[in-house]
Amino acid sequence: MSELVVDLSEVCKTYRNGTLEVPALRGVTLGVRRGEYVAIMGPSGSGKSTLMNILGCLDTITSGRYLLDGEDVAELDEEELSVIRNQRIGFIFQQFNLLPALSAWRNVELPLCYAGVSRAERKQRAIQSLERVGLGSRIGHRPGELSGGQQQRVAVARALVGDPALILADEPTGNLDSVSTADVLALIDELHAAGRTIIVITHEAEVADRAERIVHVRDGLVYDDAGVLASGALA
Amino acid sequence: MKVWETLAVAAGAVRLNRVRSLLTVLGIMIGIASVSLTVGLGQGAQNQVREQINALGSNLLIVSPGSSTSGGVRGGFGSATTLARADAEALADPSVAPSIGAVAPVATMQQVITYGEQTWTSSVVAATPDWQTVRSRTLAGGRFLTDADLADLGKVVVLGSSTAEELLGGRNPVGAEVQINATTFTVIGVLGASGSSSSATSDDDVVIMPWTTASTTVGTSATTLSSIYLQATDSGALSAAYQQADSALLTLHGISSSDDADFTITSQESIVEAATATDRTLTVLLGGIAGISLLVGGIGVMNIMLVSVSERIREIGLRKALGAAPRLIRRQFLMEAGILGLAGGILGLGIAALGAWLLPKLISQPVTMSLWASAGALVVAVGIGLIAGVYPATRAARLAPIDALRRE
Repeated sequence: MSELVVDLSEVCKTYRNGTLEVPALRGVTLGVRRGEYVAIMGPSGSGKSTLMNILGCLDTITSGRYLLDGEDVAELDEEELSVIRNQRIGFIFQQFNLLPALSAWRNVELPLCYAGVSRAERKQRAIQSLERVGLGSRIGHRPGELSGGQQQRVAVARALVGDPALILADEPTGNLDSVSTADVLALIDELHAAGRTIIVITHEAEVADRAERIVHVRDGLVYDDAGVLASGALA
Repeated sequence: MKVWETLAVAAGAVRLNRVRSLLTVLGIMIGIASVSLTVGLGQGAQNQVREQINALGSNLLIVSPGSSTSGGVRGGFGSATTLARADAEALADPSVAPSIGAVAPVATMQQVITYGEQTWTSSVVAATPDWQTVRSRTLAGGRFLTDADLADLGKVVVLGSSTAEELLGGRNPVGAEVQINATTFTVIGVLGASGSSSSATSDDDVVIMPWTTASTTVGTSATTLSSIYLQATDSGALSAAYQQADSALLTLHGISSSDDADFTITSQESIVEAATATDRTLTVLLGGIAGISLLVGGIGVMNIMLVSVSERIREIGLRKALGAAPRLIRRQFLMEAGILGLAGGILGLGIAALGAWLLPKLISQPVTMSLWASAGALVVAVGIGLIAGVYPATRAARLAPIDALRRE
């Protein structure tokens, strides 16, 4: 097992808009250690979302190298990427992204369905995961019957259930009131304390301050806390 | 993810939008129902004709006078008087026509029959004892004509079942005395029902009497015939019997070319074919028109599947982010379309079954719904659903997860 869960070196991402080439990332080098809690901050248009998509294997890089948990994911096709997403990454979205027709535990078991886990084990692990986020009494509720904070906790349970190497949270509190925000941030702190590797993408200082390390993205480049351009060396 | 799990997800999506799913499958439902009913009606009509014709007898050839095209003028079917009793006697000779087993020359005439106060007009058939064998008829009671009846000019008749019913009501006809053309006849037997009682020219409304008696008492011709029924020795000998009868009659009538023949030989098979060919053409035509509604139904399914894909872009993106491979997404939407097709097919067959039960009561036309045709209809319905699903499912599978997730 590699010490670095995320290992980006000289990663570039260029979007092609007709004949116009739009660079979104212009050589990002970033390492995240196992068990680390990193916040990625940046204004809109900075390349923050692109970075998040690349970290989550939702998008491919134009050049450079990306090792996720020691595996080079630059060369993988869509079919192989889906396996990586399924087994290495747990997503937490701003919009929660729960399926409204499914009960809480059915939502949580989804990643395990695609991993080919047996039905009995899926249900057991989904319920364990929901208990872990304090929703053991609401396993049969549908998203519509839960508050925003509770829905985000279901999403956290879903991110945890596959035991991924990396938990990637994209503005996890962007749609929550202050009470629920504190609630979800406390939960993420707990996960970090339990040894999880967490990357949070946010523009709120309140959220970023909880992390061990803050990485700033500006104009497609990454700067560390001190405002120094991150180089090949670890920050 | 196992196939049946994907199937459950797809079925869940169909169930979630019940009203829309029902409206979506309406086209396929109507298409399957109309195709099944059209084919069923066509089959029913063909079976009916086949039954009526088979009721004529087995391995049967019918020689009719006329229908010649002498001098380019085609005589009316059965209008000529060119068939003679001598022809029938010649065909009965095994050395002339070895493949012909039995010969039944027939002359018919409409006559009024009286029993007491009761009168009834029926078709008097001047026949020979072989008539019963050749026409494959059974007796419900009494006996049939014998050679002795012919030789003695016996004043005896055998009644068809509906003739007996009309004249005598419930009474036992055997032994009863009826008047035809001022002559008294004794009823010696009653024919069993032929099985095609629904046909207009009922085989059950007949009075059979010895031809010898008929020519002297009721006025049927002693020499010319309405038709000659021939029975081949077995079903394999039917075409040989046809050839032999044709050449024998041409020789007897002194005609050199069969184009000038003054008689027509028809087989059951040719009658069945002629009678069902138009039915079949009509069935294919109507079925084709009904098939167009299936096509329209398929387009409807494709349309709604496309709507469904764009509606569920976030769901697709999420499933992909959680690790669903493109082929799983494609499978999910294909199955959804297949389920819609199947549902349309089942509903359509249900309506067709209802129609098959109701239509015969309304228009007195039999509808035959075969198991195979129904199974075929279901396969077609599922197939149409799947074909209609290919494009939407492929679009869903190709969606980039980021684009899908970003959509508000």
